[in-house]
Amino acid sequence: MLTTSITSTDLLFLLQGAWTTILLTLWAMLLGTAGGVICGLLRATLPRATLPLAWVLDAFRSVPLLIQFVLFNSLKSIAGLDWSAFSVACAVLGVYAAAYCTEIVRSGVLAVSPNVRRAGRSLGLNYWQDLRYIVLPMATRIAFPGWLNLALSVMKDTALVMWIGIVELLRASQIIVTRIQEPLLVLCIAGLIYYFISLVVARLGNQLEKRWQEND
Amino acid sequence: MFDYSFHWRSAFKALPDMLGGAWVTFETAALSMIFGVLIALCLTLMRQTKNPLARGFGNAWVSVARNTPSLFQIYLLYFGLGSFGIHISSWAALLAGITFNNAGYLAENFRGGLKAVPETQMRAARSLGMSAFKTYQLVIIPQLLRIVFYPLTNQMVWAVLMTSLGVIVGLNNDLTGVTQGYNVKTFRTFEYFALAAVLYYLIAKAIVLVARLLGWRLFRY
Repeated sequence: MLTTSITSTDLLFLLQGAWTTILLTLWAMLLGTAGGVICGLLRATLPRATLPLAWVLDAFRSVPLLIQFVLFNSLKSIAGLDWSAFSVACAVLGVYAAAYCTEIVRSGVLAVSPNVRRAGRSLGLNYWQDLRYIVLPMATRIAFPGWLNLALSVMKDTALVMWIGIVELLRASQIIVTRIQEPLLVLCIAGLIYYFISLVVARLGNQLEKRWQEND
Repeated sequence: MFDYSFHWRSAFKALPDMLGGAWVTFETAALSMIFGVLIALCLTLMRQTKNPLARGFGNAWVSVARNTPSLFQIYLLYFGLGSFGIHISSWAALLAGITFNNAGYLAENFRGGLKAVPETQMRAARSLGMSAFKTYQLVIIPQLLRIVFYPLTNQMVWAVLMTSLGVIVGLNNDLTGVTQGYNVKTFRTFEYFALAAVLYYLIAKAIVLVARLLGWRLFRY
């Protein structure tokens, strides 16, 4: 019962899968944050004019990620683009993260009291300086916990990319299960790796949050 | 470059079947929400007791549900339980996985909601002569419900989106499963999945709309 045929190579394979998961998360968050900051600022400053943008982003939040992957993957083939599965996954996850990040950034920017901004402007800062020195530091603090949550949920959502043929952590565990037929053990190891990544990210985030709050 | 001709007609012919699948999707999500809320209430109570065993169980459930992918949870139930000789259908695995996930997230919401109800109200109600059960029933729970109502709606939409994972463990009668069935028969991937995406969008919007109407009706005063 307690003997197992899992080898160190299998473990290495799992860790490689975990690395793919982390890479995907990093790229998706990079794209998502960049897109989210731009769209979020636009949404906060011009709420009426950017209403169509909100609808589009809302669509990305209301359609299952799995279907988005399949749709974009087939669209890529239809358009004749020669992208790797990895870049497709990054693009879809990036847009998905941007859709959520937009709301986080928007609420962060709106939470900066207009009086503070007016005070900044009346001290002679121009619009961009106001944005850079007043809104950015304050909004970042407010939005950071939400952003961290988003990063964690994107990390978990990367598990879905196996559907378009990328070997990430969960897919790697699946491949090993097919070979050694011990699903419980292998899946538990994969789960522990996910849990560990989440825990580390959450801890780091909490420490950063605490350090920022010292000045409040 | 763009020499693909779309065949929407075949997709529209499959629409009745897909609507049937959409109903299964909605049913699964609703069931998982009902069980999820019940389990989440138990977990919330367990996490508040002094008993370390109950506390540990509640905390472990919440942290595992929140820190691992829902697909992993479904996998564990579908493939992992086989090690104990328990073989469940893919629908049961999907339902159990989503329920597990929902319960974890909702327990966290409920905890936040309970914190938002001031403790003095409990004391006030008790000193007016209400029993503990009556206090919960008439004072605490209605306020808790109001606070967690919108998070509950969100979770319901999430549950609907999560049911699409069933296809990975071989479910073939929910919306994604039906779509995938047509997809492998016809290879018109884009048309079918675009239609499925529209249906998912409509379901999500319908849930939000109903919740808004319900909220407006329930919390007028």
